[in-house]
Amino acid sequence: MSNNQKKKMTPIQQEYQDFENERETKRPIIGNCVKAFFVGGCICLVGQGIQMFYIYFFNFTDQTAGNPTVATLIFISMLLTGFGFYDRIAQFGGAGSAVPVTGFGNAVISAAIEHRTEGYVLGVGGNMFKLAGSVILFGVFAAFVIATIKTILIQWGGL
Amino acid sequence: MIFFWAFVVGGLICVIGQIMFDVFKLTPAHTLSTFVVIGALLDGFGLYEPFIDFAGAGATVPITSFGNSLVHGAMAEAEKHGLVGVVTGMFQVTSAGISAAIIFGMIGALLFKPKG
Repeated sequence: MSNNQKKKMTPIQQEYQDFENERETKRPIIGNCVKAFFVGGCICLVGQGIQMFYIYFFNFTDQTAGNPTVATLIFISMLLTGFGFYDRIAQFGGAGSAVPVTGFGNAVISAAIEHRTEGYVLGVGGNMFKLAGSVILFGVFAAFVIATIKTILIQWGGL
Repeated sequence: MIFFWAFVVGGLICVIGQIMFDVFKLTPAHTLSTFVVIGALLDGFGLYEPFIDFAGAGATVPITSFGNSLVHGAMAEAEKHGLVGVVTGMFQVTSAGISAAIIFGMIGALLFKPKG
């Protein structure tokens, strides 16, 4: 609760807020972190297995094998999201399921499935990137700024 | 051994995300956006490639790798074509993730019905 909001409230409301803060069950931060560690670690472990598969059978290198791995993981997360398992993993794992790319895939796919009833053009097309759009926007813009600065430094700064 | 480091590093990145959720009370969208920017910054300083060599999928599976591959593609093209390459090469490396998300999103919407 920010101070700004607190000032607008009547004394009774403020009293209630203090009371509520005291009684509110604290988030089990350490427990959540342990769960996130195991769920996230397991997803990366699966990813490593897929990556090994691509390196041995399709001649990818360590650096390039990340790409097909990401695509495969997003495919898996489509199936898990569609059958409703991903929600349960997310409930248990918290950030452990949100931070890997499967979380990105889940955000896109669940938005697509959820808005299907509004039609394919306005519903699915318009809402698909509702949650994931911010990731793409900030990623692309940050990459643009960084790559521009680096290019200028390399070309004219002789770095 | 690479499996062990993938598990530990991937897990630790998720713990950082969980701390941002719980301690700093950020929404998932804010957290993920921050991670992507961090990944882009790390690659800008040339730190992400050695990180991938060290941790394998522990570095490529978390969303930070998305920022890394955006910068990577942009820089690869920029070496050939200068500043124009920054824009034309941006999605070259990361296209797999975005196109997979769009394609499977559409297929998912065709196959599955929303639940209550």
